[in-house]
Amino acid sequence: MEQMVNVFLAGKKYEVPSNLTIMGAVEYAGYQLIRGCGCRNGFCGACATIYRVKGDPELHACLACQTKVEDNMYIAMLPFFPLEKKLYDIEKIKPTEQIMMQLYPEIYSCIGCNACTKSCTQGLNVMQYIAYAQRGEYEKCAEESFDCVMCGVCSSRCPAGISHPQVAMLARRLNGKYIAPKSQHLEDRVEQISRGDFKELIESLMNKPLEELKELYNTREIEK
Amino acid sequence: MGYTQEMTESINKVEAARAANTALEPRRMTAEEKDKLLEEYHPDYKSKEFELLKMGPNKGEKVPHELAAVLQAHSRISGKSIDLSNPDYDVDVLIIGGGGAGTSAAIEADNNGAKVMIATKLRMGDANTMMAEGGIQAADKPNDSPAIHYVDAFGGGHFAAKPELLSKLVCEAPEAIQWLNNLGVEFDKSSDGTMITTHGGGTSRKRMHAAKDYSGAEIMRTLRDEVLNRNIPVVDFTAAIEIIKDDKGAAAGAVLLNMETKEILVARAKTVIIATGGAGRMHYQGFPTSNHYGATADGLVLAYRAGAKLLYPDSLQYHPTGAAYPEQIFGALVTEKVRSLGAKLVNVNGEVFMHPLETRDVAAASIIRECSSRGNGVHTADGIGVWLDTPMIELKNGEGTIEKRIPAMMRMFAKYGIDIRKEPILVYPTLHYQNGGVDISADGMSGVENLFVAGEAVGGIHGRNRLMGNSLLDVIVFGRNAGKHASAKSKDVNVGKLTLDHVSAFEKELAEAGIETELVSPKLLPVYTHGNPRFEAKNF
Repeated sequence: MEQMVNVFLAGKKYEVPSNLTIMGAVEYAGYQLIRGCGCRNGFCGACATIYRVKGDPELHACLACQTKVEDNMYIAMLPFFPLEKKLYDIEKIKPTEQIMMQLYPEIYSCIGCNACTKSCTQGLNVMQYIAYAQRGEYEKCAEESFDCVMCGVCSSRCPAGISHPQVAMLARRLNGKYIAPKSQHLEDRVEQISRGDFKELIESLMNKPLEELKELYNTREIEK
Repeated sequence: MGYTQEMTESINKVEAARAANTALEPRRMTAEEKDKLLEEYHPDYKSKEFELLKMGPNKGEKVPHELAAVLQAHSRISGKSIDLSNPDYDVDVLIIGGGGAGTSAAIEADNNGAKVMIATKLRMGDANTMMAEGGIQAADKPNDSPAIHYVDAFGGGHFAAKPELLSKLVCEAPEAIQWLNNLGVEFDKSSDGTMITTHGGGTSRKRMHAAKDYSGAEIMRTLRDEVLNRNIPVVDFTAAIEIIKDDKGAAAGAVLLNMETKEILVARAKTVIIATGGAGRMHYQGFPTSNHYGATADGLVLAYRAGAKLLYPDSLQYHPTGAAYPEQIFGALVTEKVRSLGAKLVNVNGEVFMHPLETRDVAAASIIRECSSRGNGVHTADGIGVWLDTPMIELKNGEGTIEKRIPAMMRMFAKYGIDIRKEPILVYPTLHYQNGGVDISADGMSGVENLFVAGEAVGGIHGRNRLMGNSLLDVIVFGRNAGKHASAKSKDVNVGKLTLDHVSAFEKELAEAGIETELVSPKLLPVYTHGNPRFEAKNF
């Protein structure tokens, strides 16, 4: 017989098997999720959840699809949290310090409480990446924030009103487009293709008899 | 930890053999060996799991039972009267689905000056694209070419791809990477800008580009950000439940359903793009899936009812390495990149039983054989699997490689106390990809005028098996392609009188074929009750 635990979904008590994730427990209780459920694999940030365990004052944040239930867990799902997303034209902005000041000036109001880092469902050093963003160090901000799933829990805890995931998103796009080195081999290949360098070769493949193609495939050389 | 005694004993054998297994270069199978293996062990070859369609454009062709049920089901609007005279939305291009293909299409249609709208049943970015881990292929290295990419993909797909689609895929791949990079997608590069590329199963050149093991997430969040920057309207939590046509028989919009309030809405459009993704949540043959919550083959149902023909709807991809332990992540994807980086598949006795980079169908069949007739699987409390010996990665490439290159995998298992740098992980095939889908021409249009399809809902780009990294590529290449063509086409379209006559005709055909069912489709979302006896008794 499977072991059961008590969980409180938005305050209401349900008895659920102890081996379930929080998401599984919500479904076991009889809910069909529309909000608060996305990839079910820890990549999309749809199932941000906060909880307390009875008797312990500490507030926890997690992804419901990636966290096992515990006995006496008080669970509140946070399927949406308002983040401030500024609009910009990626072709027109530049990776200068000023762009952060213009678009997300509130990051300079950070009081260093570190509540963002403590609440991150991915275990990221959120306050550190905001510090990099403040200094215009977008490459470091991009690297530090890379695993962000944009669930928004950090922003729900921020007394300065910062939308951390959006700040990081901007930093990553600036880094990817402007700061990271250009790939010459890629530019060259795109140019060769648009010149039509491979056209004849591809067309000859498309028109080859099946037996010849099979032979070609089965005897092709594989790079070590 | 809940390892069984068999698991613990087997891990000891895996550890003892690790150094020798890491150095080993296993033989690749011959073409004959692969054919025989697939016939005997691949789920696509289990004839009792399929049935012949009794009606519709693919009448007489075989599909999985679960797909037949939704293709031959009632419309969600049967018996309802829908007022088409006052559309709630009126646009040039209606895009159904907000994943990688839908957003790529939206950006290109917007570039073309079209009035675009995305309708998506969950949030924008809730899609299999978000979950693609390993990477995206493109032949952009000097020792590679689109022609070599073509041969790899054509052979890997059992020579069944439509040549005009596959050639487009490989020839436009480098430009797709460049387009993404210019939007700000962060690809793994060395300090001189050279893309860091690896092998995938069945590739003959190292052409897998990646963004750690968040490749799809990095692409998806960037595309989503770009759609928002452009102020393209996104109507989220709103599913398309029927294509609307005009009196000339062309697609001209869709009936939409607000997933929460259940309000029915009408969108009128000059052209429509179906970009609804895959079907893992149909759980064909009872398999677990690596797919997104909303992957329920909706696009196939919509297109089929509108009269579009499907291609290879009987062909599914089972990813060889779904998590088999712990049970909380049963079926979750363990990226192929783990094998690209040097981890090998090892059986209960600590033996490497195959080359780790065979194509996915061959690898999945080989694991199923190991766990069935050969009796070399590792039993968990309620399942079976083989080891994927992740510590080999650091033995081969040095300490720190796992954290740097596959952080998501490290995190996923660490949550359950498994350090993949030190311990192997247990895997078994999981339902991963819909190889088949709606048949399209090179401009992205289905058999129905002005009805375009892009992404996983398309069939025929890859044939009957798909190589790793070619679907992220396909959503970008064919998403952009559909966006360009659908917006160009919209400039010459005069929409006639809107009609849903094809839906009533379909209902009539259903009755004539003698199909009695209470099922309505598209399915929209799966229902999970995790064995709760209170609900299992009811009709789920």
